[in-house]
Amino acid sequence: MLDQALLLVYLTILSSVPYLLPALGGTCSERAGVVNIGLEGMLLVGAFAAAAAAHATGSAWTGLVAGVLAGTLTALLHALLTVTAKVDQIISGLSINLLAGGATGYGMDLIWGDTDSGTVPVLPAWELVPEGPWGNVVNALFGRPLVLLTALAVPAVWLLLFRTRFGLRLSAVGENPAACDTLGLSVAGLRYRGVLLSGALAGMGGSWLAFNVGRFGQDISAGKGYIAMAAVVCGRWRPLGVAAACFLFGFAGALCAALERWRVPVPSQLLTALPYVLTMIVVAGLVGRARAPAALGVPYEK
Amino acid sequence: MIRRLREAGLQSGVALAAVLLALAAGGLVILANGHNPLRVYRELFANTLGKPIYLGGVIFKATTLAFTGVAAAFAFRAGIFNIGGEGQLYMGAFACALAGLALPAATPAPVAVPLLALAAAAGGALAAAPPAILKATRGTHEVINTLMMNFVLFSVIHWLLAMVAVERTSHTPAVLDAGRLPLLSAFAKSMLGSQGNLSGLFAVAACSTVAYLFARTRLGYELRAVGANRTAAQYGGVSIRRMTLVSLLGSGALAGLGGTNLVLGSSHGYFEAGFSSGQGYLGIAVALLARNNAFAVLPAAFLFAVLSEGGQVFQRYATKELGEILQALVIVLVVVSAKFFEGAVARFQRSPADA
Repeated sequence: MLDQALLLVYLTILSSVPYLLPALGGTCSERAGVVNIGLEGMLLVGAFAAAAAAHATGSAWTGLVAGVLAGTLTALLHALLTVTAKVDQIISGLSINLLAGGATGYGMDLIWGDTDSGTVPVLPAWELVPEGPWGNVVNALFGRPLVLLTALAVPAVWLLLFRTRFGLRLSAVGENPAACDTLGLSVAGLRYRGVLLSGALAGMGGSWLAFNVGRFGQDISAGKGYIAMAAVVCGRWRPLGVAAACFLFGFAGALCAALERWRVPVPSQLLTALPYVLTMIVVAGLVGRARAPAALGVPYEK
Repeated sequence: MIRRLREAGLQSGVALAAVLLALAAGGLVILANGHNPLRVYRELFANTLGKPIYLGGVIFKATTLAFTGVAAAFAFRAGIFNIGGEGQLYMGAFACALAGLALPAATPAPVAVPLLALAAAAGGALAAAPPAILKATRGTHEVINTLMMNFVLFSVIHWLLAMVAVERTSHTPAVLDAGRLPLLSAFAKSMLGSQGNLSGLFAVAACSTVAYLFARTRLGYELRAVGANRTAAQYGGVSIRRMTLVSLLGSGALAGLGGTNLVLGSSHGYFEAGFSSGQGYLGIAVALLARNNAFAVLPAAFLFAVLSEGGQVFQRYATKELGEILQALVIVLVVVSAKFFEGAVARFQRSPADA
């Protein structure tokens, strides 16, 4: 029984990682007033770059750096379109997702000439604590560098947003950009940084996706970026709430995997819908109690 | 009238400029692969429009995109983002196929075809109903819900499909013969082997109806009013709640109608897992290129169909993904240049007063 509960916890944490990283990023971007539905594309591009760089250099760490950089660059495009060109943020994000699909397909053609990358080098696993029934679990989870990084990213983003000058300013431009402008803050500059941060974290999430299975295919993101965007709303734009929402969605995913492993006769096709249905229910339940940043989605015109 | 024409001219100019710019950017990719872009583009058009059989394939693709495109435009005009076209199309096609299995084989075609089209529209509307109701009653944002519905519908449909599918396949049995729409090859032998069919005419009819609705009816006016300025429309006595329901359910029904092309129009006559993949999302792009004008959806859908079908030509010279990249570039450029033009026009109109 304990084994099974432990398995569920283990699977929950693992399936939360690809939601958590982009969702924490999305929190930064949305607090600054920019909706980022392009998280999906940034995950995909990050995963591709991580796999490609790891394949080319033989070093997974280089892959991680490449994944983060690629996510950031994709976010730069989103920032250019939404902050500088003031294009509708949803449209910009959707085009980025379309573009990411085409570009990664092109990249796969160039590098592998196939629709599957085959195995690529992955990040090493560390032994953080001595072996033992609990030690094994701790190692299996936090011995993975990206799980550890994700665990650190939650308090880090919280500190950044609520305890630093930059974070408070970031939230301020999402609430009242005109006031910030009057005070001499650069609205565009802050929004760029918020969006770039979301790209970096989504790129890291993409790297996790690639390293977790040790390969890249275009089906790898499979809507996780969209769920991450929803998690930002469910978590009421606060890092800890967002993390809780991601765990909930991760738990739904873990439950599917666990029920299948336990051979519980539930139709697996229906189970895969669980995180999405859950998202709709949680978002609907939150209305009236959650307030979005006041200037969310509105380009700032001087 | 003149102003309207000038406006339309400006809008098409923006779209055309964006398309040309995207093709130029794609040309650079082809050039980087060591080929002559002009030759590749000539071959692209020759291989999609040059022979009736290719043209038939483009028409088939364009028909689906016209339905999902006009669906997205219908919602956009009322200020609603329907990103659920993907699932609504899938659901519409599935409902159409199921109804085609349920109808008695003796049903005459003039009864069967409208009934099956109705089933497709109802399926699409049903798929849009949860986000529509949530938006109208609780005010939840439709972007998240329509998006989530795509994934939910995929799961549910594949679960149901497993019960009705022909053994060891992922498709349903074919619908009754009376429900099938004639292929274009029945009229032009040279199109034999392509999937273009008469539902292309349905798409033209759907776009015309939507254009008429927006231009000439009270409902269309109210929808546009909500899209242009919610608060003003509300003060003017328009029920926002009703318009939200109408725009999302109507949009879903239009996307669902695209299922008639895929099920009744194709040479198979059945629903197959994944056969509409990506065409709902692409409909949003079609609507953007058409600047939400229902008539302009038709040429926009056609262009996107050419780019989609051109994959093989692109594969020979660069990558088959080039079509997809070009589609994304067209969208980015069309929204950026539209923004740029709007800004320029606004500055131009403001300048006399400022001076």
